[in-house]
Amino acid sequence: MIRLEVNGKRQNVDLPPETPLLWTLRDEIGLTGTKFGCGMALCGACTVHVDGQAVRSCVTPISAAANKKVVTIEALGADPVGAALQTAWVDMGVPQCGYCQVGQLMSAAALLRRTPKPTDAQIDDAMSGNICRCGTYTRIRAAIKQAAAKQGGAR
Amino acid sequence: MSPLIVSNVSRRRFLHGLSLSGLVLAVGYPSVARGQQAKKYGADDMPNGWVDNPLAFVSIADDGTVTVVCHRSEMGQGVRTSMPLIVADELEADWKRVRVTQAPGDEQRFGNQDTDGSRSTRHFFEPMRRCGAAARTMLESAAAERWKVPVSEVEARNHQVVHRPTGRRLGYGALARVAAGQPVPARETLRLKDPKQFRYIGKGQTKLLDGRDIVTGKAQYGIDTRLAGMLYAVVARPPVYGGKVASLDSAEALKVPGVERVVPIEPTGPPAQFNPVGGVAVLGRNTWAAIEGRRALKITWDDGPNGGYDSGAFKSSLEESARKPAKVVRDDGDFTAAAAGAARRVEAEYYVPHLAHATMEPPAATARIVNGKCEVWGCFQSPQAARDLVAKRLGMSPDDVTVHVTLLGGGFGRKSKPDYAIEAAALSKAVDGKPVKVTWTRDDDLHNSYYHTVSVEHLEAGVDGQGKPVAWLHRTVAPTIFSTFDPAAKHEAALELGMGVINVPFAIPNVRIENPEAVAHTRIGWFRSVSNIPHAFAVQSFVAELAAAAGRDPKDYLLEVIGPARRVSPETLGDTWNHGESPERYPVDTGRLRRVVETVARESGWGKTLPKGHGLGIAAHYSFVSYVAAVVEVAVDDKGVVTIPRVDMAVDCGATVNPDRVRAQMEGACVMGVGIATLGEISFKAGRVEQDNFNAYEVTRMAQAPRVIRVHIIPGDYGQPMGGVGEPGVPPIPPALCNAIFAATGKRIRHLPIRDQLKV
Repeated sequence: MIRLEVNGKRQNVDLPPETPLLWTLRDEIGLTGTKFGCGMALCGACTVHVDGQAVRSCVTPISAAANKKVVTIEALGADPVGAALQTAWVDMGVPQCGYCQVGQLMSAAALLRRTPKPTDAQIDDAMSGNICRCGTYTRIRAAIKQAAAKQGGAR
Repeated sequence: MSPLIVSNVSRRRFLHGLSLSGLVLAVGYPSVARGQQAKKYGADDMPNGWVDNPLAFVSIADDGTVTVVCHRSEMGQGVRTSMPLIVADELEADWKRVRVTQAPGDEQRFGNQDTDGSRSTRHFFEPMRRCGAAARTMLESAAAERWKVPVSEVEARNHQVVHRPTGRRLGYGALARVAAGQPVPARETLRLKDPKQFRYIGKGQTKLLDGRDIVTGKAQYGIDTRLAGMLYAVVARPPVYGGKVASLDSAEALKVPGVERVVPIEPTGPPAQFNPVGGVAVLGRNTWAAIEGRRALKITWDDGPNGGYDSGAFKSSLEESARKPAKVVRDDGDFTAAAAGAARRVEAEYYVPHLAHATMEPPAATARIVNGKCEVWGCFQSPQAARDLVAKRLGMSPDDVTVHVTLLGGGFGRKSKPDYAIEAAALSKAVDGKPVKVTWTRDDDLHNSYYHTVSVEHLEAGVDGQGKPVAWLHRTVAPTIFSTFDPAAKHEAALELGMGVINVPFAIPNVRIENPEAVAHTRIGWFRSVSNIPHAFAVQSFVAELAAAAGRDPKDYLLEVIGPARRVSPETLGDTWNHGESPERYPVDTGRLRRVVETVARESGWGKTLPKGHGLGIAAHYSFVSYVAAVVEVAVDDKGVVTIPRVDMAVDCGATVNPDRVRAQMEGACVMGVGIATLGEISFKAGRVEQDNFNAYEVTRMAQAPRVIRVHIIPGDYGQPMGGVGEPGVPPIPPALCNAIFAATGKRIRHLPIRDQLKV
């Protein structure tokens, strides 16, 4: 039995310790907001926060997340930075199909918490692990900047 | 319950199996989907045509909430917002009180649902307007009846009906039940709004109805379906098209914790059609258990006749074919004589490899069978096809199959083939109807796609003393999509030739188009923009090459080759397809093509002075009955690394419904076009795809994407036919980018992807 804390809630899961956090969240706990895209940490669709750090849940075994605080897209709005990003995403019409956007938001939130006033190069660095096949990158960048500005981090 | 009234039809309940059938009454409404004329075009020519019955699409609850059924699939084009928006505008509904619900696969009830070909808005703008106008008329009649006044004295205004002489008002909620009892007005009596009265259509202020759900993780995609007692499946599929299982040992797989069953899936084909390619499924308590179980399977494959497919060797064979005379598909004037008499001859050959859609959400579907009825959930571009083929596979009537459509995490043509729906249904049947979800992993998606074809385009021109082309030969060779349905199909079909090779409307007197044979060795399918990609890459690169050879400005030269503004019948170009549209309503309009070129040149500052290492490239293409031109600015550094500071695009798609989504589609098409030009390639060795994941099949990431994309929409007239939006933005991008690289470096790219061709 592995003890996880997901979005502030204790979860005991009876799974092999190498089971990826992604499939545990989606299939066992029922939090399907976190998406599968590649299974090899190449696309960022599965990004969640573990103790505040953005991690790719598809390659994170549950043993590595045990007794740490896991936050998924379902709880991102509870954080002011997360809520500001979600609002900017909707206002600027960022999503097309929307599938990758949960991972984009989780990466963007980790960036803004670390770097409230990111430069273009810092945005590139933080976001280039997240693929958007619909090609919404220009709007993602603009929405990050808008959320940063709303948070007092305008540049 | 009255037909126009429905309470709380939330998507959640819908996704959990609640059928809409109890809530609408579509019976007895005159079917008008099929016109009387011999030859049909547009929506009339699509299976099951169109429906404009408000009872099928609109419901109003007692609290006034308006729910509009969207029957087209949402894959990022914004259709779940734009269809309700059209209805709401004619209905005089308050947008804040409008909801959307997704139709199941049922074309008899809703009209054609095959969401591809950039058709949703151009085929359903008018029917959806009539739905809204008819429902508005019924609300007005209801109010007049309630007040016992002539209907001419009442008027619907922003979610209320107003009695003009007295100022009395009734809300839509209060009127819904009475309105439901009103007869549906005859189509010819409907009063459609003057476009000047539109509240929402064309205004560009409308946010996505699904936006909030998407950013909070609540949005439901095909891969997100969860049913009680559901098993999770992944499938080991033959690595070679047409291959079969030769031997199977599942003992180790069954020992993997969480694995419950190993189930073979029977192959069908080749030809593949939309059927599963077969293989061995592993079913477990979660997706990871199934993936681990699949890893432990011991399978030997019988590869069959495509086991030797090598895309490198195939490229050489296409090049060989492209250099010999072949089947003539268009012949204007006398190419041979004109070329012989020309001052100069220029020739070039272009190559575009196989591509995979690589939708961020891979294919996924869930099925269960209860009491002889099957329900399927998934991300389907063509839910009626899923329904019919699941029924066929299970030996059921389509009436006993319900297909629920979730959001699609990208489609790009891949999800118009419902092979994964059939897999889920076959597996559910194998486990006594238990719910089974099939998830494709990324390697599955790349290894068993319906690939974009691979092509060589051979072009020759004879030019006069001023460098102007007087003779034009285009030999296009590529395996056809139709090979996926008929192994004997070896030539490009009318719909492929009609994507920017045969229907090029240039002012050149002697034109010959030829199409040699090509045999497919894998599943060929639609990929966003389809054959327009290689055709536009070749044609628009070649025009720029001719301009360079003549020492002319590429934009001026392009306009000269297009020639004066005129409306060209596609039939005179030998194009019998014309994107399925009427040649009279949709001629090829060179004036519109010129206008997007002129607009994008002006807006991009064509001719401006650029920093060293920068260059501008231009290209224009007509596809899906829309006109798009692009100017790409590149910067090539001393190591040969390309970055894209800015792209300008001008689009003429006629009048627009939600301009912000038109802009978004162009931005996305631009990024996809950049990816095709710079990175994308699926290659085969020994019949097998060589790319397993995004490390080998690269797609554009943020740092490589254009920094700025400016979209210029040519204003349209709502009285004129609309064009497509989802696809026409892609084709001009690769040639504009390569033309820009030529301007910056003098190096001409003829084979995609560019990858490290510029590396110093």
